[in-house]
Amino acid sequence: MEFKKKSKINVAIPTASMPDIIFMLLIFFMVATVFKQYAGLKVQLPDAEKIQKIPGSKRHVVTVWANTSEQVVCDDVRLKKLSDLRNVVYQKLLANPQIKIALKIDKADKMGFVSKIHEELRKANALSIYYFALPGG
Amino acid sequence: MLIGKKKEKDVEIPSASLSDIVFLLLIFFLVTTSIDTEKGLDLVLPPPGASDIKIPKKNITNLLINEAGEALLDGEKIEISRISSTIKDKLLENELLIVSVKTDDNTEYSTYVRVIDQLKKADAKRISLAEPEKD
Repeated sequence: MEFKKKSKINVAIPTASMPDIIFMLLIFFMVATVFKQYAGLKVQLPDAEKIQKIPGSKRHVVTVWANTSEQVVCDDVRLKKLSDLRNVVYQKLLANPQIKIALKIDKADKMGFVSKIHEELRKANALSIYYFALPGG
Repeated sequence: MLIGKKKEKDVEIPSASLSDIVFLLLIFFLVTTSIDTEKGLDLVLPPPGASDIKIPKKNITNLLINEAGEALLDGEKIEISRISSTIKDKLLENELLIVSVKTDDNTEYSTYVRVIDQLKKADAKRISLAEPEKD
């Protein structure tokens, strides 16, 4: 008496089209991904030699632009007054305590204005700052 | 006597795992690629409302920059491009040295960045920012 009838047929799932499926997924995610990019302001960055990358993720970087006509933009917020900067940065710092500030300041700006930005950042307790610059010098 | 023993077996490289290898490579490069090329000079601002910390005078060197972009290091005029070598020498003598950078309200930001760059080149870790001089 025989109970089990062993089937000798190969029952493998066909994997030939697996790369196609994965490429479809890959292309879908490539198309659907949006890079966080803020328009900011048009500034001419100064040159420097000893520049370094901001360590850590881009997620923890808040960019502040300042141009020669004393307009200030913080990420996606266009500030009406410079004194609003401390609130905006402070709110971001509360949401994420490890943020760093990337300062994109026009090279023709005056230091009086830059130190006002310093003051605002100090009041918001955002102390780790980076002066963005172009390689060269 | 047999000299050339021809093998009739199929000697193919298995290519089933080729796509796995390619994906591993793809994912490796996806992870290691960094798109941002922007870099900057780091600086830590003093905490708000910092009380005056007494620092012995011998540990401070004053670096003043005026609106014309001229630098004054401890009372002596100095070319900006020579700041790094001078500070390096000073740091060798006294490694606790703090560089206090003071700018004029009308000093250009690019000059200031050049000075900070010079200090970074000299490996000066302790940089202090003084309030700009008011007229």
